[in-house]
Amino acid sequence: MQAAPVPQATTGAPVLGLQNIRKEFGGVVAIEDFSLDVHAGEVVALVGDNGAGKSTLIKIICGVYPPTAGRILIDGSETRFSDPADSQARGIQVVFQDLALAERQPVYMNLFLGREAVTGPFRRLDRRRMIRESEELVRGMDVRIPSAKSTIRDLSGGQRQGVAIARATHWASKLVLMDEPTAALGVAETQKVEKIIGGLRERNLAVLIISHSLDQVFRLSDRICVLRRGVQIGIRRTHETTNNEIVSMITGLT
Amino acid sequence: MAAKLAAFKAVDPSRYIVYVGFILILIGFSIVLRDDGFLTTRNLLNIVQQTAPITVMAVGMVFVLTAGEIDLSIGPIVAVSALISAIVLRENFWFLGAFAGLLAGAAIGAMNGLLVAYMRLPSFLVTLATMGFLAGVARWLTDLKSVPITNDTFNGIFGAGTLFGVPSLVMWTIGIVFLGHFFYRDSRYGAHVHAIGDSPLSARAVGIKVDRVRFSVMVLSGACAGLAGLLYSGRLHGARYTLGETDLLTVIAAVIVGGTRLNGGVGTVVGALIGSLLMGLLNNGLILMGLSVSEQLMVRGVILLAAIALTLRETRT
Ligand SMILES: Nc1ncnc2c1ncn2[C@@H]1O[C@H](COP(=O)(O)OP(=O)(O)OP(=O)(O)O)[C@@H](O)[C@H]1O
Ligand SMILES: [Mg+2]
Repeated sequence: MQAAPVPQATTGAPVLGLQNIRKEFGGVVAIEDFSLDVHAGEVVALVGDNGAGKSTLIKIICGVYPPTAGRILIDGSETRFSDPADSQARGIQVVFQDLALAERQPVYMNLFLGREAVTGPFRRLDRRRMIRESEELVRGMDVRIPSAKSTIRDLSGGQRQGVAIARATHWASKLVLMDEPTAALGVAETQKVEKIIGGLRERNLAVLIISHSLDQVFRLSDRICVLRRGVQIGIRRTHETTNNEIVSMITGLT
Repeated sequence: MAAKLAAFKAVDPSRYIVYVGFILILIGFSIVLRDDGFLTTRNLLNIVQQTAPITVMAVGMVFVLTAGEIDLSIGPIVAVSALISAIVLRENFWFLGAFAGLLAGAAIGAMNGLLVAYMRLPSFLVTLATMGFLAGVARWLTDLKSVPITNDTFNGIFGAGTLFGVPSLVMWTIGIVFLGHFFYRDSRYGAHVHAIGDSPLSARAVGIKVDRVRFSVMVLSGACAGLAGLLYSGRLHGARYTLGETDLLTVIAAVIVGGTRLNGGVGTVVGALIGSLLMGLLNNGLILMGLSVSEQLMVRGVILLAAIALTLRETRT
């Protein structure tokens, strides 16, 4: 397939480089030949209908699945994450569509899972500190949660999403991947998350966000990348394209 | 009404039922058996001592269940470890015998762990198979013969000895529960055990080495069963293939009644201690009441069912 000329941001090696990514699930092609660069301080939106392969792509980037073919470059050097732990260690954080929270654990444990704070010679868990910092974090998100000690299972869908977003944005130092982060959120909460994504851009992080809301995509992104049934249809600069163009790219109808 | 319900839910009954049950049974037996020496320090200490192996295994089982696994092989691990240490003790000093027994338990646990964590087989089936295999090993090791232990130091440390006036089996109970509670509640390791049993996917997504933690809980459980084997053989001055034979049910009942969930992610070590003391209390009280063995079994079964029903009913929300 001949790729359309791809507009790219101009400076430095991209934080994330995807080159000719292909993914098959037992012979079924989920992603065909996908290439994309995401730069520091840039928000790129990934759009496409259900089953287009968006979540699969994010899972490939963070090391949940290996790609069948193609190269992944982080800061310009080729990388192969065999585990999400590896991508975390490189400053990459993900908000998964299926959320990936430990449901029977409290909010603060989820926020600090894998990076628990400890204190004293016996390295005791510093619950008080984790609770305090969690409360600050959650307050900063404007997601109202009964308490940082609440069990995830007792939270609403939106509150859970808030926790997942708080975790990812707190720990990321390079790249944040978000799979429909506001799908379960109310109006005010969505606005807040969008503001937070703006804040990530100001922190000079790279953001790849999946969303089905084109309004949101146009509000947030610098560039928009369209997938249709695993095929990369094209990439557009947000301020140079229109809602109609993106819709026809997604659906394949003109 | 709704507020009342919410308040009721906030006080998770499975957390406290074991304490209430413990106290009720204690009071009940104290009244019924007031003339049979039930409520004497000696009898109560005796219960703690008799329960020590169960408590030690229960602590290991709390970790295993919380991690979302199960270990059905602890019974025969007790027998094999006890026999191995008894054999080694024939010609060696106490430490070597104890070490061999513990090592045997940990090694069997490691075998379970390899199959569960790295071969990715379900622990229920793996340890069911190990249980059968080890029951055979325990019979074959000494050809069904029991092995006496004449090493007084060993029998003191793991049996009838005392430290600062406290019986050593009570010391072991306190020590293991204390350590277990610390690692379960207050260490990063404990947090990871909770996480992998709650949601292995999310644990993996935040960088926890799920396989390694899974492996470690199986080793821990094996080592605890090994220690339980030492505690039995120290108290009885010998080992026999029947040791631990009927303990699996008691241990799991103690742990579940104590407030640990069968499906992972939630549990308590202190609850498991109370749970196993409850089992010991029942055992002791029913014997003092003069019930025949068959009557004891039936009463214990019914009480267990009641306790489990009360504890687990809340799980479904
Ligand atoms: N683990 C898997 N095994 C087999 N097929 C898979 C697997 N994961 C995804 N697929 C398939 O790959 C395709 C893309 O799925 P993916 O989840 O990436 O879609 P998506 O673009 O995120 O859709 P949605 O908008 O509904 O979230 C689908 O056809 C799906 O059935
Ligand atoms: Mg998806």
